[in-house]
Amino acid sequence: MFNISTQALFAQLLVGLINGSFYALLSLGLAVIFGMLNIINFAHGALYMVGAFCAYFLLNVLGINYWAALILAPLLVGALGMALERTMLQRLAGLDHLYGLLLTFGLALIIQGLFQNYFGSSGLPYAIPQQLTGGQNLGFMFLPNYRAWVVVFSLTVCLATWYAIEKTKLGAYLRAATENPTLVRAFGVNVPRMITLTYGFGVGLAALAGVLSAPINQVRPLMGADLIIVVFAVVVIGGMGSIMGSIVTGFALGILEGLTKYFYPEASNTVVFVIMALVLMVKPNGLFGRA
Amino acid sequence: MDEARALLEVKGLQAWYGESHILHGVDFSVREGEVVTLLGRNGAGKTTTLKSVMGMIGKRTGSVLYEGRETIGLTSDRIAHLGLAICPEERGIFASLNVLENLMLPPQVRPGGLPVEQIFELFPNLKERITSQGTKLSGGEQQMLAIGRILRTGARLLMLDEPTEGLAPVIIQQIGHTIARLKQQGFTILLVEQNFRFASTVADRFYVMEHGRVIDAFANADLSANMDKLHDYLGV
Repeated sequence: MFNISTQALFAQLLVGLINGSFYALLSLGLAVIFGMLNIINFAHGALYMVGAFCAYFLLNVLGINYWAALILAPLLVGALGMALERTMLQRLAGLDHLYGLLLTFGLALIIQGLFQNYFGSSGLPYAIPQQLTGGQNLGFMFLPNYRAWVVVFSLTVCLATWYAIEKTKLGAYLRAATENPTLVRAFGVNVPRMITLTYGFGVGLAALAGVLSAPINQVRPLMGADLIIVVFAVVVIGGMGSIMGSIVTGFALGILEGLTKYFYPEASNTVVFVIMALVLMVKPNGLFGRA
Repeated sequence: MDEARALLEVKGLQAWYGESHILHGVDFSVREGEVVTLLGRNGAGKTTTLKSVMGMIGKRTGSVLYEGRETIGLTSDRIAHLGLAICPEERGIFASLNVLENLMLPPQVRPGGLPVEQIFELFPNLKERITSQGTKLSGGEQQMLAIGRILRTGARLLMLDEPTEGLAPVIIQQIGHTIARLKQQGFTILLVEQNFRFASTVADRFYVMEHGRVIDAFANADLSANMDKLHDYLGV
């Protein structure tokens, strides 16, 4: 009943879901940062890569395993992000988007350049944690445990972030400060500190995606540069600044890409950009964007 | 005036919006428990005065004493924690928050704020609509929400910027009653109003502003004696 081609279809769907997980985690971070800082964070891909390298160093230099890296790498990259925000991005507050984009683009080139200088362009291996090796035979396909974990864990993190922003008091501060930071500050909230923490959280999500990706895609200095272009297309399609929009769009486009790989492989690298162009023509604010 | 009892004392306050110099040395004071109104034509600097006292303007110089403490060098979040709160002219209701979230947003800065039940008692409309999106409320309800949310925080000096603007007479009356009740409860209120008739029903004293300065002051009791002058100032 399940022939080779259905197996191939499900395999591509799974690849799509995995990619979708990374798109969702990265575009979610971009959306949170854009909402609060009004900055299009081009350094996001580079910091995703730094997250993966963090996991690599933690394991190979300090002997700290994957599970601890899953917590430590986002914290370390988050701290790096907060330092960047305090020393550089903060100076751009109130200026046009373009300045933040140029600054973070420059930062991305510097960070990637440094890593390339020391590690070249080839990938460093990162082993799948022992508890997640192997897989399940589902009859219609073979599901590697680690890949299932990545999808489930990413989805959980995305939904928890959505909940925290849309349903909690802290999230209410964040939403309000996104709309009118001056007034929220005049109510007694330390908005500059909130902005710094938000940037740290957003790039922390990128680093988390980097750690998740390390056992699948290897650890490479340009791993973020390749991914981030697609992620920006995802963000444009979903609508800048929409939380649920970036999650849904991330997973949906990952799946769509996987399906395209199966039905019409020649278009699989361009399908996301074709959709971006169509969305921009019909709904320039994105599918979930507020006008 | 008894200087020792001034809750807010503003001296030589100057303020800038970017390059443009808006306030050119504003002097006035508000005593504890008073309702004081700033009057003046459009562009006289009334709103800028409130925002400057709150620290919401980029550049300000001069002196703003609250409870005898200099605040001119403080950021607005620090000033809020001293016990000042603002209800801005554009009301500042957040579209991405529902009514309850809007109401609960400003953090408690001092003990002694009104309990939420008492705010709902002042503004029963709000209670019926707690799950509505903040900006889906009518103009009057949004105004009630904007005032209500700063009553919770323990702030003692409330700065209300044109709370009656664009509202129906019956709602203006409700806001008038609210201000009277808040005064009874010991709140101090600094009001900016274009609606002079409304202001005359609630205020103890008036300051008149023109070109970024205070040019005159009188008490409510001397209102009728100053009517001609006032018509001149306000061009009504």
